[in-house]
Formats: sequence, structure tokens, C-alpha cells
Amino acid sequence: MQKELRDFRRNRFLVGTMAVLPLVFLVSPTITLLQIPASTPASVIHHAVGGSSLLLFVVPAVIPPIMAAYSVIGERDQGTLEPFLTTPIQREELLLAKAIAVFLPSATVAYAIYFAFALTVRFGAAPVVSAAVWHTPQVVAQLVFTPLIAIWAIWVGIAMSVRARDVRVAQQLATLASLPAIGITALITFRVVTPSVRLAVALSVVLLAIDIRAWRFVSKLFDRERLVTGTRAQRS
Amino acid sequence: MSRGLAPALAVEHLSKRFGGRTAVDDVSFTVAAGEVFGFLGPNGAGKTTTVRVLGTLIAPTAGRAVVAGLPLSPANGVAIRQQIAVMPETPGLYSRLTVTENLEFFAGLYRIRDRGRIPAALEAVGLQTRANDLCGDLSKGLRQRVALARALLNDPAVLFLDEPTSGLDPVASREVHGLIDGLRERGVTVFLTTHRLEEAERLCDRVAILNTTLRTIGRTDELRDRLFRKRLLVETRAPLRDPAAAFEGQPGVTGWEANGSGVYAVAVTDAKLAAPAVARALVAAGADIVSLAEQRHSLEDVYLELISEDVEATR
Repeated sequence: MQKELRDFRRNRFLVGTMAVLPLVFLVSPTITLLQIPASTPASVIHHAVGGSSLLLFVVPAVIPPIMAAYSVIGERDQGTLEPFLTTPIQREELLLAKAIAVFLPSATVAYAIYFAFALTVRFGAAPVVSAAVWHTPQVVAQLVFTPLIAIWAIWVGIAMSVRARDVRVAQQLATLASLPAIGITALITFRVVTPSVRLAVALSVVLLAIDIRAWRFVSKLFDRERLVTGTRAQRS
Repeated sequence: MSRGLAPALAVEHLSKRFGGRTAVDDVSFTVAAGEVFGFLGPNGAGKTTTVRVLGTLIAPTAGRAVVAGLPLSPANGVAIRQQIAVMPETPGLYSRLTVTENLEFFAGLYRIRDRGRIPAALEAVGLQTRANDLCGDLSKGLRQRVALARALLNDPAVLFLDEPTSGLDPVASREVHGLIDGLRERGVTVFLTTHRLEEAERLCDRVAILNTTLRTIGRTDELRDRLFRKRLLVETRAPLRDPAAAFEGQPGVTGWEANGSGVYAVAVTDAKLAAPAVARALVAAGADIVSLAEQRHSLEDVYLELISEDVEATR
């Protein structure tokens, strides 16, 4: 895992993506909320806060696939896959280590962006806007869903990395495939369902179950022979 | 590890097919512990596929093998990989990490706790002074040495070297040869795939020649004897008036033929027995001997003879 973090840190493309992309998702919603006057109707405020929160949920959904998609196919691209696979590491260990190495920086960045947003709104926006952002179910959903969405996005990214033949293709497909996870959070942020702490916890349990199944599914996809030769094993 | 123990590798009727294409067909051989074994063949002969099967990267389609004392099976994959090391044709190093960071990472995968292993591996390949260099900044020869250091980390019972000098200049190749000699002295079993015949001849105790099927296996001198008749090449200043009288009936001589003016090829059963007798007969016949020597066949001759048979058979 330490090696993964070192490798990511020295990969300019990844560092650049991780630095710039989250800022895009931070700046726009923050400015939008700072400009809302205190006299704005509550429904408009809730809609604006919902849209902003949704954008913040995009961060844990789009950052991890960019890194995770690199995890297996990146090894193949730099010729390290074969020496790596001839070590005694088991596939579950390997996948877990790759996933943790992506999760730590992704979750850190996502939380950092969220708190930068929430604190800026707290001290810069109208009190009614700040109250909507700091609404307890909203905060709980953000704190709990961020890592769960990130984990889902990581497994999607690794799955694409295991099967794709090109890093860019894996990254694009993984990013697209990760986005549906935001749908659940959209239900809360746009108040399609009435937000509550209980609902946030229930949905997080669902996301957690999906994440665990995704890990098992990706483990099954991970076939040494296919990775090395491009074909599946045959036995007579 | 010493000879006479159980073989480091025992392969029986191993085959590997990819769809309709057969990469390796019914291959059987054993490699003794501590042996440097050469696995030769043209491109696409199945050498790398064999290494990948024995290295547990891919499953055989048929056949059995024992690697470092363990039967080759999915259940034994981790245990086998703990006992072996594979150095593929490309070094496969993380270019954004330093030499030491690369080795630390792989030492971790082998669960090596002894921190002294990394400096020892670097010392074995003479790279102590480059330990903190980024691998991306090293020459291909140096990267190959780092890959060899990585392969030594887990003190493997069997080391698979797949074309270790591919793309290296003669100086770097010679350095790698020196390192393989060092491995032999340490008793490491080395399975060396190459299509550099002089490399195999210089380094290997035995060689096998593969072209999808195993064409032959043995010590290089055995292969020569098996494939080519022993001959003395005789050159005299002037053609002999009666060559039959000079050659026929001499001990160890089984036949002869003239290959030009004053040049003769004499078939023998034992060159050491026949050469002195032929020399005496030539002197007695009044011939001026320019040269008299046993014809030496290289491993390249053996290889080309076998591979050309395959080419002829497919025409």
C-alpha cells in the first residue's frame, strides 16, 4: 500500500487530477450559496443546497475511479504486472491493498472539500442557507455516504482496470459506471424522500452491502491467466 | 541445495493450448537441484508459456509438474510462488520508485522481515551505489540487474530467467552471465530461457530445445554426439594418391570422403583413438599434413539442425 501511495504521489497526471477536479466541484456550489440573499424562499434555498451537496457527492464518485482504473492495467502498462503476480500475494490481499491505497487519498480529498464548502458557507452565507447546509441529516448523509460512494467507485474502477486494455478507457468507463451511486444521495439532497438520520443510516447499510458484494465480484473477475495472456484458462 | 536430491523441477506431458493454438505440446523433463538448465527455442516456441505455467501464472491444459517439491496446482499456487522467483524478459520495475523502494515493495510481498536482504541482494548484483536512484533513470542493463536483485530477495529454490540478456549490449550481457555464474556457485537452480546459443553453451549444465514439442534434451556434448557423427578433418598439401589405403583399416575409422583437393572427412568412433593412427598412416604414405583435427560442432549446429528439420517438416 505504501508503494501505491508513493507511486500515486509521483504520478503527475493523478496528482493534477486530484488537485484540480475537486476544486471545480467546490468553487461553483460555494459561490452559488454565498450569493443567495436571506430573503430567498425556503424552497429555493433547499433546491440550491441540494444541488450543491450533490455536486460534492460527485467528488468521491469521480476521483477514485481515476486512480483505481490505473491499479491493474497501470501495472500491465509499465510491465510490472507479471513480476507482481509471481509473488505469493493472494488476489484478495492484492485487491484490498489496491483499494485501500485509493480510498485513503480519495476520502481525504472528498472530506476536505466538503468541510471547506461547509465552513465557507457557515461563515460567509446567509444564516438560512447555512442552517440548510448544516441540517443534521444532510451532514450525516455527507459523512456516511462519502466513504461508501468512494468504495463503490473504487471497485468499479478496479473491475474496469482488470478487464480493460487501456488506462484511459478504464478511467472513462469507471467514472461513468460510478455515477449511479450518487442517485441514492440525490433522493435525500433534493428531498425526494424526507431526510432523516434513520434514513441516512439505512441507506448507508444498503451501500455497504453493495460495496462488500462488489469486492467479491471483482475478486472473481481477477484472473491471473487472463491478465497475462488475454485469454481464459482451458483444461482438457 | 545439492545435486542428487529430489529434482527442483519435474514436468510430465505438459501441454498448453490457447483456443485452437497449441503453445506447448506434451513436454516432459526434469531439472536437478542446483542445475543451470537452458531452455532454447525460436520465437513462439513456447518457452515463455512454459515458464508462466511453472511460475503458476497460467494453468496447464494437460500434464503435471512438481515445482520446488510442490505439485503444480491452484491450491499450491501461493506456496510455490514463495519458493520461486521469475525474472521476465522486461525488468518490470516501478520507474517512479527508487531501486530500494522497488526492492522494499517486493520484499513486503514475500513477507521478508529481514531488512538485511535488500542490501545483500544489491551487493550480489553490484548496485549498492545506485540504491537511491529512480529506476526510470537507469540504463536497461542496470534495470536488468535490479530485476535480478529482486529475484534474489526471497532466496528462491528455483529461479526462472526469461531471456535475461535480451536487448543488452555485450558488456551488460557479460555482466549478467557473471551473475548467473554466481548463482550457480550459490547452488540456486536456474531455469534459463534464451535463444542466444552461445549464452546457453557457456552457462548451462544441460539444455533442452523446444519448438512447441521438446526436440531434444541433454548436455551440449551429448547432443552433439547424438546428432552428428564424429569426424576428423584432414588436410594435406597435395591430394593423396591412395586415400583408401591411408584411412581404411585404421583403428576407430569407419569411413571417409574427399571434400575437395587434399581435404578429407574421416568418420570415426573415437577421435582420440583414430587421430594418432591416421596421422601415422599419412606420414607413412608420404603425405604432408597441413592439419588434422576433430570436427567440432557447436550448440548452434545442433539447434539449427533440429529447427531446420521442423521447418522442412512444415513445408
